Amino acid sequence: MTYRLLASFAFVWFIVAIGAAPARAELEIDITRGVAEPMPIAVTDFYGEGRGEKSFGANIAGVIAADLERSGLFRPLDKKAFIQDAESLNVLPRFGDWRIINSQALVQGRVEMTVDGRLRVEFRLWDVLAEQQMVGMAYFTIPGNWRRVAHIIADAIYKRITGEDGYFDTRIVYIAESGPKTKRVKRLAIMDQDGENHKYLTDGADMVLTPRFSPDQQEITYMSYYQGVPRVYIFDIESGRQEILGDFPGMTYAPRFSPDGKSVIFSMAKDGNSEIFTMELATRKVRQLTRHSAIDTSPSMSPDAERVVFNSDRSGSQQLYTMNANGTNVKRITFKKGRYATPVWSPRGDLIAFTRIYRGEFYIGVMRPDGSGERLLTKGFLVEAPTWSPNGRVLMFFRQEPSDQYGRGGKTRVFSIDLTGHNEREVFTPQDASDPAWSPLIP
Amino acid sequence: MRFKIVSLIAVAGLVAACGTAPTSETATTSGQGAASGIVAGSAEDLKVNVGDRVFFAFDKYNLTAAARYTLQQQAAWLKTNTAVNVTIEGHCDERGTREYNLALGERRATAVSDYLTSQGIAANRISTISYGKERPEDAASNETAWAKNRRGVTVVK
Repeated sequence: MTYRLLASFAFVWFIVAIGAAPARAELEIDITRGVAEPMPIAVTDFYGEGRGEKSFGANIAGVIAADLERSGLFRPLDKKAFIQDAESLNVLPRFGDWRIINSQALVQGRVEMTVDGRLRVEFRLWDVLAEQQMVGMAYFTIPGNWRRVAHIIADAIYKRITGEDGYFDTRIVYIAESGPKTKRVKRLAIMDQDGENHKYLTDGADMVLTPRFSPDQQEITYMSYYQGVPRVYIFDIESGRQEILGDFPGMTYAPRFSPDGKSVIFSMAKDGNSEIFTMELATRKVRQLTRHSAIDTSPSMSPDAERVVFNSDRSGSQQLYTMNANGTNVKRITFKKGRYATPVWSPRGDLIAFTRIYRGEFYIGVMRPDGSGERLLTKGFLVEAPTWSPNGRVLMFFRQEPSDQYGRGGKTRVFSIDLTGHNEREVFTPQDASDPAWSPLIP
Repeated sequence: MRFKIVSLIAVAGLVAACGTAPTSETATTSGQGAASGIVAGSAEDLKVNVGDRVFFAFDKYNLTAAARYTLQQQAAWLKTNTAVNVTIEGHCDERGTREYNLALGERRATAVSDYLTSQGIAANRISTISYGKERPEDAASNETAWAKNRRGVTVVK
């Protein structure tokens, strides 16, 4: 079975910046602080002449508004309050009409079907108070890619207003779960960041765990119990091909790609001892990074590939450590009470996200790479496995509820939360979901 | 019935480890007596007449006295049933993180395997696999269930 997901993505062409030079940025959101009051923004249905174009225009505006709203930084205004109609807006905004409904920013656009059957989508972002265009772009794509264009536009708006790269044109790979806890069926699944375009990648015959994207997001590395032998595999998204990582005498698990995508870092357990290894994919060269009788697992490389953060119980309980990429210079970075696990380095390099277990509760938190500045973002009976948005501003993780004495319940779902600890939301999945991994921005 | 007594000791050990009294269900299925109709050397024989599993304290992989006793019986059984090979499954409760629990389950399986080989069972008759927290025996989220789930299970191949 082949999954031609990426192939179709190649057909988006960024065309041209349109309109006047961007205005000075009067309109901005500082996202380093918790945002108490989201920015009111009017996202209007994109203008189209024909019925098909009108419908694409409304759908695209809907996806953009939903992306912006979910970020917690924007408050899209109710369309019913809009005064200016789409036709006259297509000529020029009457800014007074938007000021009066307290809109600070205005998004308008236009959809045209070209003679060769492609979609031309343009948008403009206006600063309502300054009465100036902030950004304008036009894109050509095949009609089937309308969602992706909407996410790209939402990213452009987010970037213009916050000064940070967006994260809407991304996907999530995760483990879809079904059946009773004692016989759980686990399947690899992939979806857009907003839960759309959901697809299962495996059929559930073999238990699969902990998927992670390659930096070019063509591949997923994960663990499978294929034929009852737990090993790390690499899944090629376009071809659907699954290949075992190397030939190891023990269980391989906890894989992640290196930042350049050329290696996989993982653990191997043998004879009661887990150590961390890297394997270069082109040459199959294997390197052992840890040599310790303790459990060493859950490695994650820093974005500059200089350091590795990992989980070890060499002190007697689960704690986080960093080391150089060649295994030297090991430093313990967690010293507070409880156990620490699942470290993952932010794509910005400035923070490490983790799971902390303390007094029977689980927490998701972040700290600086030297272990200072710990902040706990959320907690629960079981929260685990944080993963970073590509801009390092949002985390996803999974939350499992306790089961009752008969084993009922145990609902397990993926959630997103802002780095500030605000705006926690469930990510919609058709079934129970765990082990989310956020893709980089789609190239 | 000696087996029954041993099972109860195992339960007592678990009580001490977790601080909450598990129900008597925590006892292994050993001690039911040699039921008729069970084929000697079968998986059911091991489960019913010997006891196919041992239990661990939270985040631990060392064998308790009760676990060692069960494994001595398993070793004797394996010596009688020389054609039988086994897989040792290492399992954890849900109160840990996934990857660490895979490592801990592997440690538990290895601890069981090492003990059986120390009792004279050939290493090539034993393989190990860790399921971490992925295959609980009891789906409830309470101390009783967790105590049952922290286990090493000897499975006849």
